[in-house]
Amino acid sequence: MNTPVRRLALVVFAMFTALLLSTTWIQFVQADDLRDRAGNRRTLIENYSRDRGAILVDGNPIASSEPTDDELEWLRRYQQPSRYAHVTGYYSFTYGAGLGLERAEDSLLAGTDDSLFYQRLSDVVTGRPASGASLELTIDPDVQAAAVEALGDRRGAAVALDPRTGEILAMVSRPSFDPNALSSHRLSAVDEAYTALIEDPAAPLTNRAIGGDLYPPGSTFKLVVAAAALESGEYEPDTELEGGLTYTLPGTETTLPNFGGAACDPEDRPTLAESVQVSCNTSFAWLAGELGDDALRQQSEAFGFGEPLEVPMSVTPSIYPDELDDAQLALTGIGQFEVRETPMQVAMISAAIANGGVTMTPYLVEEVRNSDLEVIESAEPRTRSRAVSSQTAQELTDMMELVVEQGSGQSAALPDVQVAGKTGTAEYGDSGAAHAWFTGFAPADDPQIAVAVIVESATDNWAGETGGQVAAPVARAMLDAGVER
Amino acid sequence: MSTTTPTPSTVTSLAVRSGRTIELLLLVLAVGIVTLAYVAVNLTVTGELPADVWWHVGIYAALAAGLHVVLRLRARYADPLLLPLATLLNGLGLVMIHRIDLVPGQLGTSGVASRQLLWTGLAMAMAAAVLVLLRDHRVLRRYTYIAMALGFVLLLLPMLPFIGETVNGSRLWIRIGPFSFQPGELAKIAVAVFFAGYLVSTRDALSLVGRRVLGLQLPRARDLGPILVAWSLSVLILVLQRDLGSSLLFFGLFVAMLYVATERTSWIVIGLALFASGAVLAWRLFSHVQSRVTLWLDPFAPDQSDQVAKGLMGLAHGGIFGAGLGNGYPYITYYANSDYIVASFGEELGMVGLFALLMLYALLVERGLRTAIGSRDGFGKLLAVGLSFTVALQVFVIVGGITRVIPLTGLTTPFLSAGGSSLLANWIIVALLLRISDAARRPISERRQDPSIDAAERAEAPR
Repeated sequence: MNTPVRRLALVVFAMFTALLLSTTWIQFVQADDLRDRAGNRRTLIENYSRDRGAILVDGNPIASSEPTDDELEWLRRYQQPSRYAHVTGYYSFTYGAGLGLERAEDSLLAGTDDSLFYQRLSDVVTGRPASGASLELTIDPDVQAAAVEALGDRRGAAVALDPRTGEILAMVSRPSFDPNALSSHRLSAVDEAYTALIEDPAAPLTNRAIGGDLYPPGSTFKLVVAAAALESGEYEPDTELEGGLTYTLPGTETTLPNFGGAACDPEDRPTLAESVQVSCNTSFAWLAGELGDDALRQQSEAFGFGEPLEVPMSVTPSIYPDELDDAQLALTGIGQFEVRETPMQVAMISAAIANGGVTMTPYLVEEVRNSDLEVIESAEPRTRSRAVSSQTAQELTDMMELVVEQGSGQSAALPDVQVAGKTGTAEYGDSGAAHAWFTGFAPADDPQIAVAVIVESATDNWAGETGGQVAAPVARAMLDAGVER
Repeated sequence: MSTTTPTPSTVTSLAVRSGRTIELLLLVLAVGIVTLAYVAVNLTVTGELPADVWWHVGIYAALAAGLHVVLRLRARYADPLLLPLATLLNGLGLVMIHRIDLVPGQLGTSGVASRQLLWTGLAMAMAAAVLVLLRDHRVLRRYTYIAMALGFVLLLLPMLPFIGETVNGSRLWIRIGPFSFQPGELAKIAVAVFFAGYLVSTRDALSLVGRRVLGLQLPRARDLGPILVAWSLSVLILVLQRDLGSSLLFFGLFVAMLYVATERTSWIVIGLALFASGAVLAWRLFSHVQSRVTLWLDPFAPDQSDQVAKGLMGLAHGGIFGAGLGNGYPYITYYANSDYIVASFGEELGMVGLFALLMLYALLVERGLRTAIGSRDGFGKLLAVGLSFTVALQVFVIVGGITRVIPLTGLTTPFLSAGGSSLLANWIIVALLLRISDAARRPISERRQDPSIDAAERAEAPR
């Protein structure tokens, strides 16, 4: 009976060989794929328990990981949650890396990005625990703080850019949330906090500065129309436009009044510059019709409409509507109908005008450093597009200076610095409620900071708030904090 | 074969070594490895050693030493590797179970390891009892048909009302008061004894008679009886207890022993054909078999259990060198300390660690098969083959299920898995192998007289 026993031993040998092969297949060949599979809780814990990189503003952390005693090992802490929630986003064990930089730069912060390969290698060799890269931001903490304080409890958003480079100096969205509530290790409390945030009708998780449902730009869009007019070569700042008390929308009986029913010009012939200065509705509705759909669309796109942008969070592309009839075109000319913008886009328009007509690509991350504090990535300002000629930019700047000096945006004026700007009061819905806008830059002759501010209507009906009254002071506070004297 | 009679011959100087000293050294090594692993787990997970750590190690060392002493007294020539291998595997199992107990959030242990240590003591005591009471394994041959009856009773026990219990869809358990037990584990020993006794008497008829067809020696139709009975038994287990694993185990055991007894390849072909048809039938009839097959083909299939997937992710997390004892997340996988304990080891000790574990099993099985080859009586040979092959088959079925060689079926991993019945059964298996190997390696001068007095036994003299 010994021969079959020996043969059986071969069978046993084959069985164990099969197990060795299958083990090798899973633990060696397939291991990486399995580790990267969505829903792999081990990878999640592993990532969560790694020393995630910090997010820094002026060298001070606004998000950092602190060691803990529990299973997850590190607790993500947000030092100034009320100021930076939408910039940082949150990092939750249950809900993962969400919003903001936590999400957009997850692989860098977690240390799994390809650019950190050599560091990971040296970590393995030296036995040092793996750690993520930290991000130094372009944010100017003073501008950010000024925007947060000036907005107060109001819903809305504010963005500040350095027009020369595209650095994002401030990005604020209200209402805000506390990311610490989501990064907590008390998972049931995290669940409750998350549910509450999701169900909150005020949508505190939405970063209104770059996303959300987009806003009607109102009169801030007149900058685009004016730019198109100047670029067409047929209009000068002192070209007289048709601008009576009312404007009858082409093909309809509907009349469009000026804001407050006031005349734009004693002879109903305001110049382009005067129309910008007093934000004349009738002349701009007329001008839009004169320029035509294509010219406005092209100018919008030159400023960046419809184009994806990542700062590195993705910015919802602003919308110039398709297939307008003449009445809709007229309404579009004053920033109504279906034209929609993010505050980031509005700020980019001001920044382009401030920068001699050239749009710089906005960015939020100045430097990426590995855990040895070596810089592994440094941002380079990049030109995005030429929006208007430098002459047009100069002419628009002059008009915008007048807006702040003697027009609708006087409450954005600073005592010692020349501010250029444009107000907007954007109606939405049917009840006449309106959001208040202001966009502009300073100093007008040597622009250092461009801003866009929106303050959402406090009520469902129009409470009598204009961009000049509500949004301009916020912009003023930001410009004041941002201008170097 | 040499004798120890002092005649001037070159062969005499070859004194047979008992191997007990080597066994002692290996035991020290095994207990040492287990101790290191235990200390490492505690330091990694809790950062400190529990107060009673040396007690635990002491108890375990004492149990192993006790068995060693029993072997010195009662089975001097037993194989020196079997006890250290079983001690090492059982100890590592205890360490991993303890490690799962220490999962954050439930510090202070949920007590599975202590219970396992208790069962270990009981199982090793039982092994000692077998070695002390069973002076010669051939005695068991007298109880061939009693073993058969016992095997049937044990297998069918969970089907009884009141004490039978269904766990995760399989009716494998009995529960009396607070104690639950899986009688099928012990049944496999009884069944192996029965098969060995039965086949040793009938092997001639089964192997010599029959026609040759296509190069295969086919048995006579009436000799097909036993294999059909065994096949129906395994199908019965599958149907009544809904347990693929034990069904495969029993049938595989029978076919292997039949093959060894008859040296006829045709039995393997017939066996495989029967098993394949049974498997296809089961797949057609039972939804739980279908879902096992689905998960085998695609562990990430939607709307299915994610157990296989989680186990795979655990193994992947371990990679080649493992996360380190106490550094992984084995508890994410269900049954991390029982059915899936191999995945837990794979996660924390890596591919390298799993290779080592598989080598330990391979060695254990190899020592068992070597015992079979060295055994001088047909009954001992068959029993040793059967017992070692169950260990091999069981490791193959469960580890193969976890690593997707075959569809997953719930079987315990010998010596590692938490669970008293499995420990008890495997230690008895080791005791029996030790007993048979003692007889196999014993020099002729010290050989016992055959205890079975009947003539049949004597007629079947060793070759």
